[in-house]
Amino acid sequence: MTTIHTSLDEAGIALWQVDVPGHAFNVLTPEFFEDLEKAIDEAAANEAVRGVILTSGKPSGFMAGADVEEILDMQAGGLTPTQGAAWAMANGGVLRKLETCGKPVVAAINGLALGGGLELALACHRRVLLSRRDIAVGLPEVTLGLLPGAGGTQRLARMLGIEKALPLLLKGTRLDPEKAHAAGIVEDLADTEEALLSRAREWLLAGPSAAQPWDVKGYRIPGGAGPLAPHAARSFQAGASQLRARQGRYPAPVAILSAVYEGTQVAMDVGLKIEAKYFGRLIGGKVSGNLVRAFLRQNRARKRDLAAPGYAPMAVGKLGVIGAGMMGAGIANVAAGAGIKVVLLDTSAEAAQRAQDRAAKQRQKEVERGSRSEASAREIVDRITPTAEAGDLGGCDLVIEAVFEDRDIKGAVYKDALAGLAEGGVLASNTSTLSISSLAQGLPDPARFIGMHFFSPVERMPLVEIIAGRETSTATMADAFALAGRLRKTPILVHDSPGFYTSRVFCTYIDEAMAMLREGVSPALIENAAREAGFPAPPLAVTDEVSLDLQKRVIEQAKRDGLDARFLRAHAEPVVEAMNGRGRLGRKTGGGFYTFTDEGKHLWEGLAEMFPQAKVQPSADDVAKRLLYIQALESARCLAEGVIDDEASADLGSVLGIGYPAWTGGALSLISTVGIDAFVADCQRFAQEAGPRFSPDPEAIEAVRAEAARVRKARASKASETA
Amino acid sequence: MAEAFIYDHLRTPRGKGRPGGGLNEITPIELARQVLEGLQSRSDLDTALVEDVIMGIVTPVGEQGCDMPRIAALMAGYDEQVTGIQVNRFCASALESVNLAAAKVIAGDGMAMVAGGVESMSRVPIFGDGGACYSDPNANWGSWYIPQGIGADTIATMEGYDRETVDAYAVESQARAAHAWQNGWFDRSIMPVRDVLGDVVLARDEHVRAGTTLADLAKLSPVFAGMGKRDGLDAIMLQRYPEIETIAHVHTAGNSSGIVDGAAAVLVGNADFGAASGLKPRARIRSFATIGTEPAIMLTGPGPVSRKALARAGMDVSDIDLFEVNEAFASVVLRYMREMGIEHDRVNVAGGAIAMGHPLGATGAMILGTVIDELERRDLNTALVTLCAAAGMAIATIVERV
Repeated sequence: MTTIHTSLDEAGIALWQVDVPGHAFNVLTPEFFEDLEKAIDEAAANEAVRGVILTSGKPSGFMAGADVEEILDMQAGGLTPTQGAAWAMANGGVLRKLETCGKPVVAAINGLALGGGLELALACHRRVLLSRRDIAVGLPEVTLGLLPGAGGTQRLARMLGIEKALPLLLKGTRLDPEKAHAAGIVEDLADTEEALLSRAREWLLAGPSAAQPWDVKGYRIPGGAGPLAPHAARSFQAGASQLRARQGRYPAPVAILSAVYEGTQVAMDVGLKIEAKYFGRLIGGKVSGNLVRAFLRQNRARKRDLAAPGYAPMAVGKLGVIGAGMMGAGIANVAAGAGIKVVLLDTSAEAAQRAQDRAAKQRQKEVERGSRSEASAREIVDRITPTAEAGDLGGCDLVIEAVFEDRDIKGAVYKDALAGLAEGGVLASNTSTLSISSLAQGLPDPARFIGMHFFSPVERMPLVEIIAGRETSTATMADAFALAGRLRKTPILVHDSPGFYTSRVFCTYIDEAMAMLREGVSPALIENAAREAGFPAPPLAVTDEVSLDLQKRVIEQAKRDGLDARFLRAHAEPVVEAMNGRGRLGRKTGGGFYTFTDEGKHLWEGLAEMFPQAKVQPSADDVAKRLLYIQALESARCLAEGVIDDEASADLGSVLGIGYPAWTGGALSLISTVGIDAFVADCQRFAQEAGPRFSPDPEAIEAVRAEAARVRKARASKASETA
Repeated sequence: MAEAFIYDHLRTPRGKGRPGGGLNEITPIELARQVLEGLQSRSDLDTALVEDVIMGIVTPVGEQGCDMPRIAALMAGYDEQVTGIQVNRFCASALESVNLAAAKVIAGDGMAMVAGGVESMSRVPIFGDGGACYSDPNANWGSWYIPQGIGADTIATMEGYDRETVDAYAVESQARAAHAWQNGWFDRSIMPVRDVLGDVVLARDEHVRAGTTLADLAKLSPVFAGMGKRDGLDAIMLQRYPEIETIAHVHTAGNSSGIVDGAAAVLVGNADFGAASGLKPRARIRSFATIGTEPAIMLTGPGPVSRKALARAGMDVSDIDLFEVNEAFASVVLRYMREMGIEHDRVNVAGGAIAMGHPLGATGAMILGTVIDELERRDLNTALVTLCAAAGMAIATIVERV
């Protein structure tokens, strides 16, 4: 056995320590299941074995779950639902063997236990959990578009009762030891590793039953199961509706609900079969493939090293942030939270101080929630030095400018920054609109200048767009990536171009909605279709948030900058103009496309007169497609033009930055999700109906095909980190 | 072709469908037994002439399970050769039973049937069967299951019926039902329900609130607003009807059908049965039909199914003297009248389920009986009876006096 070290003491207690080689965290590999089965057979056959303690031999935790890379490999290899179900049945069968082997098994959970790791523990007869604050247990499979396919849905529902189990399964909640114990996922807690093993041992020495409660005759699920259970109307009826309303494009949550509904009305073995089949359907489906790929890409993006081999990215010890507005304050707070010293400079000392106070307030909330200690909150806040003295920037390794979008102001600020910047340091701008290459003009070292476009609110938004100007060096890119990774943000690399990637694509989203409005499409239809497609904020509503006067200014600036016609948003401009003309600028003026009242908001009645509705309305499906496809097509153009280098950048940028629905995998993965030929055909139809912006330019489509081929090849050879 | 006639019908009064309601102490099997016995005894029917007892039961579980019609027939002293079958087409069940009876008669499967339905909603609650359509997540999604009140509110939103419009309809339903009772319009069809001592426990519909005003109804709060939001039901409806921005929830307990207990029976037979039994047919069944329509909004079938039944009878809307449209919700009837181009004075002339209640499995037979009585009382000839039913179904039957 290579993955489990087994030993047997004189009292007949076997100790199984899981240590899967080649992995920092224990994961469920085929070898592990083989070894586990062997260990079970041996223990079952050995009369000297009174019981088994299953624990991890790694300090990194108990078990992190399935090997997500393996899952993506299987999916990329065209795994069918039937194959997926068989895979789950085989693995689940080993766990079933564990709980029916006739020897009591206790899981001594000495670190994090997620997904398949927790499922392994659930297949034991008892669970003792090391009570350390940083340890979490949970079944996060749903976030990957999957369900816990190794008995997790069946065992958790039988242990906790359906009503308690469902939220954990449907949200993928991670619980700390105290909460896990309170929920009944673990029966016992231990303060130290020694205590953990001795508690497990004591339990075994007391001669416990080796049968799971659900295998004992007369067992009933707490709270009942099936359609006549007292909770059925809430759990299954309201539950199914809520999922359809909120996650209608995601097959996993409703599959979990079905697996629980159907599987808990039958014996465990049948329930496991039902669960495995639903699992097969999910793992063999496109949405899970998209979510799994996105998950891995997000992890990789944080670690991505763009520079020449051998370049060790700069470890920023002291960060300068210029401008204490929302963005600057947010960046400072996040950086301080990542252990970086921050000098927060503003022309007003009060503004700088307010930004620090704001960070203090946010951290205090974490203390109140119990997710942070008082001392840690203080340390973080103390790492921020608010100041109005440019001299305080001295010795900063990297300075991020987050001041007003004005070239002159920025230019002045760069003088201060450069005066303080440490030798070889990096100057970054958080601009979302101004060209990085043009801002770099006149700087002494444009190679060390870069864009780092954070999103608001910085604390919550996971994306950073790293904008490389014409002269930005790869080392500078690597430094910016490394910093983003330390801030636990997901960076994508974008080459300087109008609107960069996210703003450019986002504009196509709201512009398409405005164009449809102009065509006479019902505004309610536009908004509802967007919601149903999974956009968190429908386009007219979000335009009201970002404001219509801003759209007007952006268009005017684009004209002044002499940008290419395709950046001038001609199909949306008349709507922008008309709304500006009526003074309906959005939420800030109390009304835009919507009217805002104390009770909420509703679409403004005046729209009907400004944009008379056409007699024949498009289908909601076509409206949703137009909103999804125009962004995909623009992403394809970005790829063809070299604004982005790969599919991953578009996918991560669109999902994490501008609310593109995650089920699609991202704005470029959408194309393979619906099929490139079907995508092109629909675009051609829309080009006829709505305008040439939908024409699938051959270069763009070719770029998508080439990139898809590259990703496939890279996946097959595992040669590329960017697959 | 053989014809089917309605020879007789009767119903129990409707008791409030809650603990302490007038029929709450009476078991559903006993309600069924009493209507079967009542139908037999008032014409001294030779039950050996009856082939089958077909009754609607929408929640056929627990004490409403186990093929009640056969058991009730035995208990009512029917000839042991008479079989029984329960039917579930949701709210259309009792009228479906009548139509099935007619179809059997026409097909030559016996000369007479007793059709009807029974539902004790106070004892076997609605949804008490845990049926797949709401409980099984796959079926819930697959059938677009949304509680029907949301559909009724959606109809109101689409048709532009505000709260006052639907309430005004309800006020009229109450006034008509009260007027009909006051003037004895139901006397011929009502069979009081008796307890084990033989004493009458209920002789009148007890859900009716005579003198209900708009101001009374305005005080009630919409029933479906909370769940529409909490359970995402409004959002799902908007997925189906994306041209609507928001659903205006206007239906309350006061302008929706009442939850009640009750049973009804209808004697259906061919011409030979008349000769054999010495009974005179009261109405001929001209045509019947069912239809499936969009299931999410669920309640828009009565118009289309009426046109289907009219076409089958070779008739036109103008050929119908009276309409009975089950008052599941006010908006359903308002929409029906708009769709069919008919005035309220020809529709639900003796009130409806908003005033008197809707015992799910029995209502179709009750309103059929009511309209036959009214045709006779008013000396009119033709009537169309229609009900919407869950999952987007609807049913219609056209009758004509003989």
